[in-house]
Amino acid sequence: MSKQPGSAYFLVDTKAKEIRTTLSVLVDNEAGVLARVIGLFSGRGYNIESLTVAEVDHLDHTSRITIVTSGTPEVLEQIRHQLERLVPVHKVVDLSTETPGIEREMALIKVAGAGEKRVEAMRLSEVFRARILDTTHSSFVFELTGSQQKIDAFVDLMKPLGLVEVSRTGVVAISRGAEAM
Amino acid sequence: MSGPQDPTGAEIVIRALKDHGVRHIFGYPGGAVLPIYDALFQDEGIEHILVRHEQGATHAAEGYARSTGKPGVVLVTSGPGATNAVTGLTDALMDSIPLVCITGQVPTHLIGMDAFQEADTVGITRPCTKHNWLVRDVRDLPRIMHEAFYIATTGRPGPVVIDIPKDVQFKRAPYVGPSNIKHKTYQPRVKGDLKKIEQAVEMIAAAKRPVFYTGGGVINSGPLATQLLREFVRTTGYPITSTLMGLGAYPASDKQWLGMLGMHGTYEANLAMHGCDLMIAIGSRFDDRVTGRLDAFSPNSKKIHVDIDPSSINKNVRADVGIVGDCAFVLEDMIRLWKAKQLKPDRSALSAWNMQIDGWRARNCLAYKQSTDVIKPQYAIERLYELTKGRDTYISTEVGQHQMWAAQFYRFEEPKRWMTSGGLGTMGYGLPAAVGIQVAHPGSLVIDIAGEASVQMTMQEISTAVQFDLPIKIFILNNRYMGMVRQWQQLLHGGRYSHSYSEALPDFVKLAEAYGAVGIRATKPDELDDKIKDMISVNRPVLFDCVVDQNENCFPMIPSGAAHNEMILGDAANDPAVTEAGKVMV
Ligand SMILES: Cc1ncc(C[n+]2csc(CCOP(=O)(O)OP(=O)(O)O)c2C)c(N)n1
Ligand SMILES: [Mg+2]
Repeated sequence: MSKQPGSAYFLVDTKAKEIRTTLSVLVDNEAGVLARVIGLFSGRGYNIESLTVAEVDHLDHTSRITIVTSGTPEVLEQIRHQLERLVPVHKVVDLSTETPGIEREMALIKVAGAGEKRVEAMRLSEVFRARILDTTHSSFVFELTGSQQKIDAFVDLMKPLGLVEVSRTGVVAISRGAEAM
Repeated sequence: MSGPQDPTGAEIVIRALKDHGVRHIFGYPGGAVLPIYDALFQDEGIEHILVRHEQGATHAAEGYARSTGKPGVVLVTSGPGATNAVTGLTDALMDSIPLVCITGQVPTHLIGMDAFQEADTVGITRPCTKHNWLVRDVRDLPRIMHEAFYIATTGRPGPVVIDIPKDVQFKRAPYVGPSNIKHKTYQPRVKGDLKKIEQAVEMIAAAKRPVFYTGGGVINSGPLATQLLREFVRTTGYPITSTLMGLGAYPASDKQWLGMLGMHGTYEANLAMHGCDLMIAIGSRFDDRVTGRLDAFSPNSKKIHVDIDPSSINKNVRADVGIVGDCAFVLEDMIRLWKAKQLKPDRSALSAWNMQIDGWRARNCLAYKQSTDVIKPQYAIERLYELTKGRDTYISTEVGQHQMWAAQFYRFEEPKRWMTSGGLGTMGYGLPAAVGIQVAHPGSLVIDIAGEASVQMTMQEISTAVQFDLPIKIFILNNRYMGMVRQWQQLLHGGRYSHSYSEALPDFVKLAEAYGAVGIRATKPDELDDKIKDMISVNRPVLFDCVVDQNENCFPMIPSGAAHNEMILGDAANDPAVTEAGKVMV
């Protein structure tokens, strides 16, 4: 806290250490539920690094939202409670701190080029176990699944080789072991 | 599925309202709710109070809800009707007040077409409601109506919005009653964790310098919570303070009562909070107006925090023991365990603590300089209190200095008698709130303690009061300033009074007469009592223009972001040291 000169106002400048975490949120797939979740994050100033959503039970109409966020431990606790306060939310699990989880992301990566660069892109894709989904004489579309870091690394390697564009799903996650969330 | 004998959507709305015991609704008609107004017209059981602005409907419903413990119901049209309701919805969300607001919407086939009076009501109200629904299929309407009441009134109460397109109001579907409403995902927890409660009572018994710090949650929980709180506080003998929203849960005349805490709280309450070794927070949420500067907030205490909303615990202040549950349930367990374990407070520590507190009380922090030729605002509230205290009185307020003086000088003995906009601080709350309170309590004395600036924000609702024979009293502390703004500018902005003077004020007496109400003006201290008595005895709405000292400041004051022990006291208080410190801060 610092005191402004000539005034009794105190201005807060907090620089607490932030940690990254992955939350799995099970919700009723009703109209507006995603807007509620996103609105909560923007309205309360929480970070969203990645967010994915899809219906996971077509009979019960439940969806699973995976959110990668960061904040101080206090903020992360708040995020969780605030999510639980939303009426259509069934359950929130923290897959980084609470139960160990596995995270994956998928990316589609378009690379265009010819000659040596094209061969090098192809060779690197094998190293990363990327699949080739589309080929022309001058381009590839790779499918790559893995951790965020792995995809970042591959994308970086493709930049000098003719990277055109990238489409990523965002992180999905699930806990290890036999239990459901 | 549905036949001609089934009710229409509009009729379903009315039936559901009646099934939930609704007797009054506050509303304003328009194209997109006409079918519901039609159904209302053909029905006898519900009285509709026609307001003059939809914001007024929401505040009236808030006043109704808070003075009765029942949900307040609002009915408004689409577009501007819904957007006008947003302030009241936000106010109700901040202060945890159960409202069910029904908004009309353009027909489903026009949604998204920028139709006349279309607004994305569920989108706009999503962040200012506890939950909301757009009803696309009339068959969902009965369930949604029942869910709406359930969600608004249980757990931490709050406002909900049901947005009903006009075609859905016309369509027919079978009506299903509200028996055993259960929700798949929404299941508020009322019972506290017994292990934690046990730990808490042991800490309470072991405390040397304890203080109870209670809030609006105790009042929201209902009469049982108030009764149990009083029992427990008396059993322990510990001092108690409360937030603005919690006034009345504990009687102000009791010797254990410290007065309100926070930015304009008493010296003794704030210093007890600062110096305590155990804080017992019940139904209060450590709002920044209460805590002041967080890193200096009650530095040497352990904190027990009881709240029905898990997100309140550890939000602003870390609790050593956080108990999620309804105050009444938790207090009941606390008392039971206290007795079962035959716990006793530490009498000698407590008497030392009480002596220290008495020293703080002796500073007489609310003292002000009396005057014989101008009415001091504090004096006006003191007289208002003295002349109304034996009666069945309800008080609402606007926002500003007058609100804080009302909290400091009007003494509340019972819960649900004090209605004020705490969390949102909405100027214009008090007059329509008084309308709602008077609707719920026709025979009672209902007074809005107002400021001349605030009251002009929703002044037109005096017309509602006249129409419905609601003899509300609007007691304006007229200082011809947005006093609270002027005070901050004086203390924190070098006396630069930027746009805080109330220019071009109306003549409130003539204004009252123009509305068909009664106008009374007092300008001298010696005429105040008689005029207040006149106000009380008139059985019609009154605008009371109480012309008060223009430059009076509201003390004590903890400047925004300062700590509890950095309070500024008024000149009349017995504490030169702190006054000097206060002057340094300006
Ligand atoms: C709707 C709204 N706008 C602005 C404010 C900021 N505000 C807080 S107090 C105040 C002045 C209130 O003046 P008045 O009603 O005369 O009360 P006084 O402080 O003079 O008693 C203002 C402008 C507010 N609380 N609400
Ligand atoms: Mg004023």
